Order: sequence, then C-alpha cells, then structure tokens
Amino acid sequence: MQAKTTILSLPTEEFVHPGTRACTGCGLAIAYRVGLKALGKNTILVVPPSCLTVLQGLFPVASTKLPCLNVTFASTAAAATGILATLKSQGKTNIQVAAWAGDGGTSDIGLQALSGAAERGENFIYLCYDNEGYMNTGVQRSGTTPIGAITANTPFKGKLQQKKDVPAIMAAHHLSYVATCSAAYPLDLYDKIVKCKDMPGTKYFHIHIPCPPGWGYDPRYGIKVGRLAVETGYYDLYEIVNGEFKLTAASEKLVEKRKLVPVREYFRAQSRFKILTDEQIADIQNQIDAKWAAYYKKDE
Amino acid sequence: MGTRNYKRKTSHSENGPGDGGRTGSWRVERPILDKSLCIPCKRNKEACFICWLFCPEIVISRTIPPKIDLEYCKGCGICAEECPTKAIIMVDEAEFSKEDKE
Repeated sequence: MQAKTTILSLPTEEFVHPGTRACTGCGLAIAYRVGLKALGKNTILVVPPSCLTVLQGLFPVASTKLPCLNVTFASTAAAATGILATLKSQGKTNIQVAAWAGDGGTSDIGLQALSGAAERGENFIYLCYDNEGYMNTGVQRSGTTPIGAITANTPFKGKLQQKKDVPAIMAAHHLSYVATCSAAYPLDLYDKIVKCKDMPGTKYFHIHIPCPPGWGYDPRYGIKVGRLAVETGYYDLYEIVNGEFKLTAASEKLVEKRKLVPVREYFRAQSRFKILTDEQIADIQNQIDAKWAAYYKKDE
Repeated sequence: MGTRNYKRKTSHSENGPGDGGRTGSWRVERPILDKSLCIPCKRNKEACFICWLFCPEIVISRTIPPKIDLEYCKGCGICAEECPTKAIIMVDEAEFSKEDKE
C-alpha cells in the first residue's frame, strides 16, 4: 500500500498556466491541476467540448503544458483508442493517455464510445468531472443533475428525475479500477490516479466538481460546499479495485464516526436547491441514511 | 487536395500564461496575507500551504512567505476561506488607489 500524499510531498511542477478562462473559484481548475500532477509529464490528453475546453483556452494560446487533442462530444473514448493504437504502432509504451470529459460528455453523449472502449479494455484513464449540468453553455440539465436542482431548462420545479449513477455503470463493465473523487479532496484524487496508472484496461474516475455560477453559491465557499457533499453522505468517495468495493478518505472516516451532517445543510448552501421542500429533503435524507446503514453493516 | 498541405491546415496552440487575458481585472476583492498569522512564516519552514493547494488559478506560490500574483488572481477567496489561521483576508479593491492597481 502506497503512503498517502500530503501537501508537502505533492510535486511542485505545474502543468497549467495561470490566467485561464475558467470562472472565478472554479472547482474544476483545482481538480485539473492536481490531476495533471498525478498523470505526469508523459501524458496525452483527449478533451471533448466541455468547461475544460474553456479552461484550456482559445487558439493560439493554450493554458495546458501537455499535448491535448480536442475532439467531438461523442468520440472522446474512441479518439483515446486511436491515440493508443498510434502509440502502439510507433512502439511508444511509456506514454499515458487520459481522457477528461464533463458529465454531459460522459453520461449523456459520450457514453456509448466510453462503454465500447471499456468493453474492449483499452488501456487509458477516463476522468469524468461531474459539475452536475452542462455548465459552460449556461447551466442546462444533464443525466447527472441531481433531483430537485434548478437549471436553465428545469426552471420552476427543478429536475424531476434521479441522478444517473455513472460510476456504477462503469463498474458493471468489470473494469480494473473505478473511483469517485471530489475537488474538495485533491490529495485523495492524486493518490487514486497514481495508484491506478499501472493497472490494465480502462480506468474510470468520477470527480465531483463544485461550480459557483451553476450551483449558486459565493465562489469563496467552493471547497466548503464540495466537502459538505461528502460529509453529509450525499456523495461518497470510494474505489472499486478489480470488483472490490471500498470507501476511501473522508467517506471511510464517516463510517468510523457513524455520524453524518444533515443533508439539509448541503442543499441550503446552494440556490439551485431553493425550491426543495422540507418533505423532499426529509425524503432524500431517508435515502442517504438507508445507503449509509448498508455501509455501516458492511463495516461490522 | 490530398494531405500534402495538411500541416498548414491544422490549428495548433502554443502553451502560455494569460489565455484569458489579465484575469486580475476580474477581481472584486483582493487577498491580503498577514505574515504574523501565516504558519510557514511563523515557523520559518515548509508547512501548511493549504492556500497553494486549493488555489484554482495557481497564483499563490509555495514559498515562505507565500506570494500572490495579483496579475492573474481572480479574487475567488477560496484561500481566505480555507486558511486555518485566517491569515488571508479579502479587502475590497476600491480601497486600493488607481496607481496601485496598475
């Protein structure tokens, strides 16, 4: 088991330049920066249209120091497969291919390409950053928008449907590594990426990203909101290594403590959940409690 | 047309800072570091650096004392919020004179 990375042992080399087009207080910028540190210098990135394309910049300036291929929405995983095939034909084996896509580009539009690549067992890391909506086009609902969230096309009642559980879909492909992370816990993200680098086949990451304009909170509370999502048990951090499920980092500690922060605090910190009634919140709280009761039972 | 002129037809960006311009002009509040409260400054050795880890814009350096690059700092205030000793406070930009801004 590798030692946990601390702030002082985190590499200081940066792969992102300052002065990006990302919004003030963007959670993605934190996760992207730490994620690239973990992936390292020998990495080729594949990015479909998403907030990350905004962050990476317009021609002729790019904010990322690594080579990056910008592709169409539906072809992220297919393009990564193509790069892998090229690297193989050129005999380059030490280069890591990483696809970074948004939640819309993963759960809605890019899912079939990703599913195909995962089934073929292509050797790359797929990182989905989940800001729970199509944020860069003006906050529209996506497959991973949670129930009750107000978006541009669910403006009055909020989204009526449940959030799509993409990590579970990917785990059903029997991948060697599936993990969920959060921008509020960047060191956990770093450790997980370093851990999975040498594993065979497709590796899938789901990263929870607080988004100030889309979620409706003051940018300075970005990390606090991300942390609340984990501490309330609303979003759990786990990894599935060869089919073996294990809670990690802050979520693992919650099981030890047997105590969750009321989910109400997470909802009331953001304006997108303002139409949720107390009954609806109580309902969601019951679902979370049931989920965690199962975790507690497993721990005993 | 073929692929002979393909090289000229691709758009390929060079990396560099300031893709979004001088993003410091987005700032409404400016982070000010109080060295007497900052943990690495007080101990005079590498410690804490939470502000460096959580800065989305990579404008806080991992040095003693931490330096903030105001040319690109967007003033989100995450550093002020996450600092365990509250050594960074956010001050309204209007309080700084015009010359100081340039």
